[in-house]
Amino acid sequence: MTLLGTAPTEPTAPTLAGRKGRGDMISRLVTSTAGVFVLVLLAAIAIFLIVKAIPAISKDSTSFWGTKLWQPDAEKPTFGVAAIAFGTIETAIIALVIAWPVAMAVALFVAEYAPRRLAKMMGYLLDLLAAVPSVVYGLWGLIWLVPRMKGIQGWMGHHLSWIPLFKDRYAGLPTRSPFVVGVVLAIMILPIISAIIREIVVQADPAQKEAALALGATHWEMIRMAVLPPSKSGIIGATILGLGRALGETIAVALILASSFVINWKILEQGGNTIAANIAVQFGESNATGRSALIASGLVLFAITLIVNFAARLVISRGNKGRTA
Amino acid sequence: MTASTLQAGSQSALHLGASGRRRLVDRTMRSLAWLSFLVALTPLVIVLGYTISRGAKRFDLRFLSHSMAGVAPTDAGGGAYHAIVATLEQVAITSVISVPLGLAAAVYLTEYGRGWLPRAIRFFVDVMTGVPSIVAGLFIYVFWVLGLHQGFSGFAGALALVILMLPVIIRSAEEMLLLVPTALREASYALGVPQWKTIMRIVLPTASAGLVTGIMLAVARVIGETAPLLLTVFGTDFINNDPFSGAQSGLPMFIYNQAQQPYQTAIDRAWAGALTLILIVVVLYTAARLLTRRNLLAGRR
Repeated sequence: MTLLGTAPTEPTAPTLAGRKGRGDMISRLVTSTAGVFVLVLLAAIAIFLIVKAIPAISKDSTSFWGTKLWQPDAEKPTFGVAAIAFGTIETAIIALVIAWPVAMAVALFVAEYAPRRLAKMMGYLLDLLAAVPSVVYGLWGLIWLVPRMKGIQGWMGHHLSWIPLFKDRYAGLPTRSPFVVGVVLAIMILPIISAIIREIVVQADPAQKEAALALGATHWEMIRMAVLPPSKSGIIGATILGLGRALGETIAVALILASSFVINWKILEQGGNTIAANIAVQFGESNATGRSALIASGLVLFAITLIVNFAARLVISRGNKGRTA
Repeated sequence: MTASTLQAGSQSALHLGASGRRRLVDRTMRSLAWLSFLVALTPLVIVLGYTISRGAKRFDLRFLSHSMAGVAPTDAGGGAYHAIVATLEQVAITSVISVPLGLAAAVYLTEYGRGWLPRAIRFFVDVMTGVPSIVAGLFIYVFWVLGLHQGFSGFAGALALVILMLPVIIRSAEEMLLLVPTALREASYALGVPQWKTIMRIVLPTASAGLVTGIMLAVARVIGETAPLLLTVFGTDFINNDPFSGAQSGLPMFIYNQAQQPYQTAIDRAWAGALTLILIVVVLYTAARLLTRRNLLAGRR
């Protein structure tokens, strides 16, 4: 299964056109309707969320963008996305920083270093890693990982506390911190990033690779000179896509992170929340205004991920165009 | 000569000339690549291993045949029967909607599509794969549950899953249809067969094994989705085998709800649920892989 638009962009053109009759008109109409449906669906998601979100935002007694609190069902509805939007981006960036180097190395391993059979098996295992449901990662993160991260977090809190980000007033205690969430998200986005990078990297021109080797380059120098430069835009695109996945992840975050509505810069300390997790946690207990407020926050998430995905796909397809030319 | 044979040669003979530092860098990078392979596999092994060992405790006949009706979080009994049935129903409905729609869109893209429209569709299908699952749930909540006053139901959940499954099906089906040799199509046209009949009788059957693989992988993807269900199916402890009316449960939602309880009995149920879910996913994945091996077109890329 391909994860990106690298499939030949033009369909196989039949040189002999078949006989055109009513059957073809119908089949063309039906299939094109199905295709257009996707566009309609995407537009509908945007429109419905916007329509539902606007009244909620106008009911807000404080600034929707600046408020950290989330009390939409109070007498004076007070809510805002400041804290949860921060937490969303914070955890996603932590995940990306951890996952990217590994994903890159795994992609190069599968494409360049691994024996063929191992590479094939690796593809299957990575797919499986991607298919493990997020709720299972959440459960595992909460029960298995949180207590075991105590040591690493404690070490970072003691020795790296001169970096403000790693300041930890409770170093040594097991915490359901943004950092632990970042680690779990990293595991979840690793397969998708490395699968896309791999697909890009294997397309490198074999003639250039052989030329590099023939000139005496080592294997690594060959990768650096003939594989990575033409893959650059694809790698950037894959990275942004991974970021998009981490931004939208819900259940694992909802289970692991101890939710609180603060802007928590100290990533080792408990606290913080994300847009998606907040929706999942609050939805069941909210009444009408509360749910509209959640929809408004969902719209913000949708907008962020849409921009991120749009950018990623644009970068990838640009890169492909340059390559085939 | 292929790159790999050259590589082998370059390592032995040519590299004698390479300076020590360059060789060191090369070796380091090679080791890092192997190391990353182990690093990436570690979580998979731990997650699967831990789920199996913890899940086995409650993964029994009682778990598979009982619901949570009247079972308090602290009680030891209870099971996921209501959740398993609901999940199977929801995913079946999702597939019934997404598969024909997805295949039709893929046929359009590969067989009929020319110009800007298919390019736009292809681009937005890719963008759609990145829509967060919770947003899909919100949309169906706004559109179906609130807008059309349909209330929470398994069907609403299935609709949310369609949004997540559709792009995956279109992408994989398009890929498979592109593998069907043009010569097969032309042979059919040469016999005077119209294009739509060629698609139905030649193109789709030739690609069928690949299409089925893609569908199974897509099912495995959506069966574990929790977030959209919370907003559309809502969840219940009771058995509700009618996906078209009233709140249902769902296996992922069952795990989520049990995992939030601070009691060991509930956590044990969550693990048993996780094991059930993982078993379903692994079976689907492995079956899809085995099917790929028998795919006539598999070697064509």
